[in-house]
Amino acid sequence: MDTLNLEGTEDTPKVILDKENGIFELSGRSLPEDSAEFFQPVLDWIEEYSNDPNSETVFEVKLEYFNTASSKLILDILSDLAEIEGTTIVWYFHEDDEDMEEAGEEFSELVELPFEFKTY
Amino acid sequence: MQTQDLILIYEGEFTQDITKAVLSMAERNMDSSGEESSVKRKVFNVMVECLQNISKHAESFDEKSKAKNNAIFMIGKQEKEYFITSGNIVRKDSVDSLKNKLDKINSLDKSGLKELYKEIIKAGKLSEKGGAGLGLVDMARKSGNKLKFDFEPVNQKFSFFSLQTTIHRS
Repeated sequence: MDTLNLEGTEDTPKVILDKENGIFELSGRSLPEDSAEFFQPVLDWIEEYSNDPNSETVFEVKLEYFNTASSKLILDILSDLAEIEGTTIVWYFHEDDEDMEEAGEEFSELVELPFEFKTY
Repeated sequence: MQTQDLILIYEGEFTQDITKAVLSMAERNMDSSGEESSVKRKVFNVMVECLQNISKHAESFDEKSKAKNNAIFMIGKQEKEYFITSGNIVRKDSVDSLKNKLDKINSLDKSGLKELYKEIIKAGKLSEKGGAGLGLVDMARKSGNKLKFDFEPVNQKFSFFSLQTTIHRS
């Protein structure tokens, strides 16, 4: 399956979805003008991946900032991942960023997925 | 006398490019003044929601004008606070629902806002304009303060909506 690799920009996050090497990562800043359009390829990739996933999927979220329109799409991504057995979310937040920590906790309450919290 | 430093004031059309430029100037200003990173993040957060609300929802009251989303945006700083203020034209028929939403947000405490946020994000689909309906709730949550707002009638059809969010430093 093809790797999805999107370079981050000042208003869109970096995305790496690589089944072969087991790398699943979303990082940087997310405040695109049209978040639905930006995240569609990510949702499409996950949908295809869910047909034949690895036995373990460790999805790392290391966002410095995301806007509210992105938060809706992140929930969609997490909901799709929750359907894939063996998925864990690793939620990174800067050690003094309580809001990002809380955002991760809220997502963990909204989806049935194990979350691991790490600071950077 | 209260002194207020204006960091930035912008009046005109709002687009994603303008949003990025405004954010970058305000960030640079906070960096050079050595602002604490937690305060910087909150200011950035509130600015994004405010600016993207304007570029999605501001109306042009001169319907012949080509410039869409005309509005005013201001960020100011006092000794203990930052102020993020915006003003834009809205249709009169959307004033009631906007006012109800703001009154509801202002009536809630921290945990009430959290519940409202979760309720909207769970139920929500993005609007035609790509908004999640969460921007104002998020501004109230991140700032930890009530949102100040006002509506001034402009003519039969439009009102001027002003909104101010305060963020405490430290």
